[in-house]
Amino acid sequence: MTRRELYGLLAAIFLFAVAALLPVFDTGYGLSLGVTIAMYTVLSTSWTLFSGPTHYISLATAAFFGLGMYVVGGGLDIMPFPLLVIIAALVGAVLAGLVGLATLRLSGVYFVIFTLGLAELIRQLMTWGQTTLGTSSGLYVLTDVDEKMIYWQLLILAAFVYLMGWWINRSRLGFALRIIGNSEVVAAHSGINTALTKIFLFMVSGSIAALTGAILAPRWTYIEPTMAFSPMLSFLVVITALIGGAHRLWGPVLGVVPFVLVWDLITAKFPNQTALMLGVAFLLIVYAIPHGFVGLGEKYWAKYKEWRVSP
Amino acid sequence: MTDTSALSVRNVTRKFGGLVAVDNLSFDIKEREVLGLIGPNGSGKTTMLNLISGELKPGSGRVQVFGRDLSGRPAHRVARYGVARTFQLVRMLPSMTVMENVAAGGVFGYRRYWGAKLKRRARYLIEHVGLGGKEQMPVVALTYIDQKRVELARALISDPKLLLLDEWLAGLNPPEMKIGINLVSGLRYEGRTILIVEHYMDAIRSLCDRCVVMNSGAKIAEGSPDDVLNDPEVVRAYLGDDDA
Repeated sequence: MTRRELYGLLAAIFLFAVAALLPVFDTGYGLSLGVTIAMYTVLSTSWTLFSGPTHYISLATAAFFGLGMYVVGGGLDIMPFPLLVIIAALVGAVLAGLVGLATLRLSGVYFVIFTLGLAELIRQLMTWGQTTLGTSSGLYVLTDVDEKMIYWQLLILAAFVYLMGWWINRSRLGFALRIIGNSEVVAAHSGINTALTKIFLFMVSGSIAALTGAILAPRWTYIEPTMAFSPMLSFLVVITALIGGAHRLWGPVLGVVPFVLVWDLITAKFPNQTALMLGVAFLLIVYAIPHGFVGLGEKYWAKYKEWRVSP
Repeated sequence: MTDTSALSVRNVTRKFGGLVAVDNLSFDIKEREVLGLIGPNGSGKTTMLNLISGELKPGSGRVQVFGRDLSGRPAHRVARYGVARTFQLVRMLPSMTVMENVAAGGVFGYRRYWGAKLKRRARYLIEHVGLGGKEQMPVVALTYIDQKRVELARALISDPKLLLLDEWLAGLNPPEMKIGINLVSGLRYEGRTILIVEHYMDAIRSLCDRCVVMNSGAKIAEGSPDDVLNDPEVVRAYLGDDDA
């Protein structure tokens, strides 16, 4: 381990410890914001594990997230909550595997559209299933899991995602993903099984999104398809990841924190214009900070170093 | 058969719609031989190369490398079995450095390296193709010939049993061409087995042990470079009936 990695690790442990103390000081509005931030941190970072190096933009986060929620909502009568969380992760991985087999031959915009359509398809199926087989359009999730527990569970999941991302980045798998993102033809002719690599990472990412949904289900107490499979969630995950910078593991969290805070203000002040604001945010990112805050920082850091050498 | 060929192409046909790009083609390459695959534009040379490297699947026929049937196998399988290639239009990994571009060929292919060993081997090959000192440069900052060198190093790093060069010398100016020919003839003296697709006749003459000439997807001649280049049918294919 290099010195730089050691400092990074120490800083990460310190930040996690500080974050873990939040419920001690505030169990109201602050904690609620904390849960939202932790949720988007996990979702955006795990999204980045796959989409960052490969540049495959997935809008299917809501599909996996909602599925995880429904596993918990539907299974609470027969199984304990922790078991359901594990099942949700497995179901998410299986769905991602199937989707991957079917779609990862698509590239560019076709993949984007397919993933968006997938979330919508699952939402419609759920609505149809619930109204024809059940009596209501939603499910009650009644547990004794409180917001504090949800928050800590999300933090543990976030730590797990970071560790996994760190491991992937320094492994052959991470190198393979970067090669694939640069050129799939070169990757294949260098001996990389591109399909398998992409499907594996997509499964990891989908599984974590399903886990997040499962953990968050108790917070909502009542879930229905329009909320659980909201396409807005998929878009927000992409936006926060891009604001922060999708080419670094710690990029998304830098986007998530400011975005959630601002977004909270916007939804409170302009509840009817959120879609418009989201569109504006998208445009601003694409034009002003194409590589996110991290990219911006790296650019100025490089300029600063040049300036120090040259005068 | 005791002495298996390094590459054996048997009755390979590939059609694109109504066009027969490769028509019942057969040829062999012996170990340590440098074979030139030549022919006028559009005669199916690159398609043949793609059929060997797994980029395309043959419609019928067999491709064997050192006795192993690789016809229709996906590109990554072919690469792992020891076939490396360069591309007609140079293909870089644009967000990476020279070092990473070269290393990319040596992690998942025929011989696999990682960590310090990979770095050492990549550095050696970068030096070998004449790019010493440019290891940390972003690959997009390189000139065309230097990018071609990177591609060659990336193909060589896994120590392939068979190397496919697709118009590796195309697009170079005369002095660069000289450097390029020297590089490839260096590989020949190392004893590598190479299939060269090339237009530049001087290069063919000085590099190849043997040539296969294609026209409209079919083989029209085979033999030593001087023989095939004087073959009336080859001249006709290149220059038309009047000059034959």
